[in-house]
Amino acid sequence: MAQAEGQQHPIGVYFKVWGWLFVLSTFSYLVDYFHFESYLRWTLILVFMFMKAGLIIAVFMHMKWERLALVYALALPTMFLMVFIGLMMFESDNTLLQRVIFFAA
Amino acid sequence: MSQTATSSTGAALAQPEGWDSVIADWSSDQRAFKNIPWGKAMMWIFLLSDTFIFSCFLLSYMTVRMSTTVPWPNSSEIFALSFGGEPIPLILIAIMTFILISSSGTMAMAVRFGYQRNRKVCALLMVATAMFGASFVGMQVFEWTKLIVEEGVRPWGNPYGAAQFGSTFFMITGFHGFHVSIGVIFLLLTARKAWRGDFDNETPGFFTSRKGNYEAVEIMGLYWHFVDLVWVFIFAFFYLW
Repeated sequence: MAQAEGQQHPIGVYFKVWGWLFVLSTFSYLVDYFHFESYLRWTLILVFMFMKAGLIIAVFMHMKWERLALVYALALPTMFLMVFIGLMMFESDNTLLQRVIFFAA
Repeated sequence: MSQTATSSTGAALAQPEGWDSVIADWSSDQRAFKNIPWGKAMMWIFLLSDTFIFSCFLLSYMTVRMSTTVPWPNSSEIFALSFGGEPIPLILIAIMTFILISSSGTMAMAVRFGYQRNRKVCALLMVATAMFGASFVGMQVFEWTKLIVEEGVRPWGNPYGAAQFGSTFFMITGFHGFHVSIGVIFLLLTARKAWRGDFDNETPGFFTSRKGNYEAVEIMGLYWHFVDLVWVFIFAFFYLW
């Protein structure tokens, strides 16, 4: 066998991540519960979201123990989503503008 | 000819660190993903493509929400639930989130116990994961029923505001719930194999005839964690935003 028995890590790390995911989920729920609004709300939602996603990918999916070649093979195409998001924001702004101009009232 | 060509030297080649390792791994006509079973590499590739599917869904949601002139329904109030007293905002969604996180925790441990060749604990943890997943789907059924029957939300309209709320909601959560359901089925199948000792005895799979291996549990885990991962984004963008 090329790899004796892959991805064995101390069980403590999983419990720690589990706990953190609970804490972060509670935080993001509280963002809604306490009615934070506007930029504070969006920033907090995104921060907690990326922290949770990072923990799941890095530890639960063992990404931090994988070789860099695999990490880049997956991360690089995902990065292009930023371009996609930018395009669609531009597009929807334009659609909204047209609607306001031509379909107002 | 003093030199003879050698083949399949994957392990013999020098393996540099950092950025050099990326170049070395991708060049020189060799296996790119070292130390990774091909089944696992293929699962990662599938998950990458699935990432783009869910991204398309969430992006179309963003596009219709940003471009509508009609106010967007307040998800905090729509998904509120009352246990006799005042309605608690988003409470069911929060419970579903915690359930899915817990299922990811048990799955991660199932992978660990699998590689330790503790087949019974591995199988039981996978069954626990499947139960969490099934209860998640059950709550989603409850959520959909309440929304359709009591609140009158339809893909083409709803009483609260922008009509696109319904179409994006049913498409995104429906596709995610479908992923969870498929995951539950495969979790139970993999748990059965682990319990039977297929991965210890290298029993050939009935479909592929490949030797059974605990890698199957890790590959199953990757899929399951991905389903949890997608929910993190749905929770943030659809329910909280």
